[in-house]
Amino acid sequence: MTTAAASYPSRWRAPSIFGSPGRRLAFWALVCAYLVWSLSTLNVDTARILAGLPRAWTILARMVPPDFGRWELLLTGMVESVQIAIAATIIGAVLSIPIGIAAAANLSPRPLYLAARAFIVTGRTFHEVIIAIFFVKLFGFGPVAGLLTLAFSSAIFLGKMLAEDIENMKPGPVEAIRATGASFGQTFFYAVVPQVLVKTLGVLIYRLDSNLRHSTVIGIVGAGGIGQTLSASFSRYDFDFASAILLTIAAMVAFGEWFSDWARRRLR
Amino acid sequence: MTAHPLPQDRAPMRGYPDHWERYSLRERIVQWIWLGGIAIAAAWSVSALDIEWAFFADAHEQAADLIARMWPPRWSYLPRIVQPLIETLHIATLGTMIAIVFALPVAFLAARNTTYNQATWLLGRAMLVLSRSINTVIWGLVFVAIFGPGPVAGICAVAARSVGFIAKLVAEAIEEVDAGQIEAVESTGASTLQVYGVAILPQILPVLIGTSIYRWDINVRESSVLGFVGAGGIGLLLYASINQFAWSQAIVILIAILGIVIISEALSAYVRSRIV
Repeated sequence: MTTAAASYPSRWRAPSIFGSPGRRLAFWALVCAYLVWSLSTLNVDTARILAGLPRAWTILARMVPPDFGRWELLLTGMVESVQIAIAATIIGAVLSIPIGIAAAANLSPRPLYLAARAFIVTGRTFHEVIIAIFFVKLFGFGPVAGLLTLAFSSAIFLGKMLAEDIENMKPGPVEAIRATGASFGQTFFYAVVPQVLVKTLGVLIYRLDSNLRHSTVIGIVGAGGIGQTLSASFSRYDFDFASAILLTIAAMVAFGEWFSDWARRRLR
Repeated sequence: MTAHPLPQDRAPMRGYPDHWERYSLRERIVQWIWLGGIAIAAAWSVSALDIEWAFFADAHEQAADLIARMWPPRWSYLPRIVQPLIETLHIATLGTMIAIVFALPVAFLAARNTTYNQATWLLGRAMLVLSRSINTVIWGLVFVAIFGPGPVAGICAVAARSVGFIAKLVAEAIEEVDAGQIEAVESTGASTLQVYGVAILPQILPVLIGTSIYRWDINVRESSVLGFVGAGGIGLLLYASINQFAWSQAIVILIAILGIVIISEALSAYVRSRIV
């Protein structure tokens, strides 16, 4: 009895997630090796960072208090961002319907399905700002480029979500409607739409919220909205105006997120 | 044959509609009001944007011209972009690592059951909102103003945006931990820190790791554009190539970005499927 008790450890340790102490050691060694490698290749200029710290303080000091004096400029930019977001979401939603149908394996023929999936994968990879540069090159500076950028990326995102909803729907109603001799359009409206509508509306509201966020950045490459004003105020060292813009963006995005949560709860 | 009368042989019930409708009149009116509201919002948004429709007339020619200039890609440029691509991955990885360190205390503040009082909860929530509502690229602008251009600004930008993202999901996980384990550890006389480490941390660890890996994969995508505002990575070369109209060079960079983003997404999906 007492001999068995002697082999118990005197201290308890929580079981490791790595399985064994050896693996844990290997993991942390790997992390350290990575840190050494990455920090050495980044050629970080330590002297400049240290010089930057007091400057950071100066900039922060100049950011406070935020200057809302040019509120008209701020308001114009914000309204433009909101308009870009709303219009892009609606256009994106319309465009996403054909994309969604084409990318649903149970509705579309195989070659069309593969082409649509490849289109979605490629489109999703690129950041909105990269897509914005291309639209700026094609349509010139201004909100049109922003509108088309966000409409394009919304169409791809919503199309992907729609395709997944269509693939997950119950096949029963589709077969039932088809059995009555309905055309493809009738089958879609009476069997598919009722099954995916609520979920799609939820995703749409979520996308409106994320478009609101994205519409604040695309201005940095000249695609309209508040980002253009923000980028200009940073390059002119107008830090108090910049902090006013940042606070307004934060407030608007927080409001958008609250609205999106509220609306999606109501839908359920 | 049975003699039961078929339903249509019976006299129709009074007040029973003779054809089927999915929605009642009231539901239809509400639907039309919604549609009308959306149409008005769309019309207001589009009309106020001052769209120059003339630009649309030759857009397809411009696009065709652009593609013609991009093809064939100048593959000899590839060796030049290897180093910036690695830098992009470093920005994403180091930024995520820093974010994990800061996200844990913020998450404990922002979770109802581990925060100390209303004031600390509000502080935690405010940090979440501020971090999440400002885009990585805008954080990049801020940090370039502070540290000057370079990857350090990029790492800080990625970290600043990711803290809120990771902390929000971890805070939700903390709010849903099993209270029994906390009570069990508390009853042994453990300190608050010991309760956090032994009773809560093991329960939220899968969420923390899964969220961090997911965020890392988003950050690879985000760090590809940080160079546009001077915060390091491949974006700097992409922006320079486009501004110099070096389209055959730009397409090489775009294909490279496509490659690393798809690889990181696949890697992230694989690792998360192993954990959860």
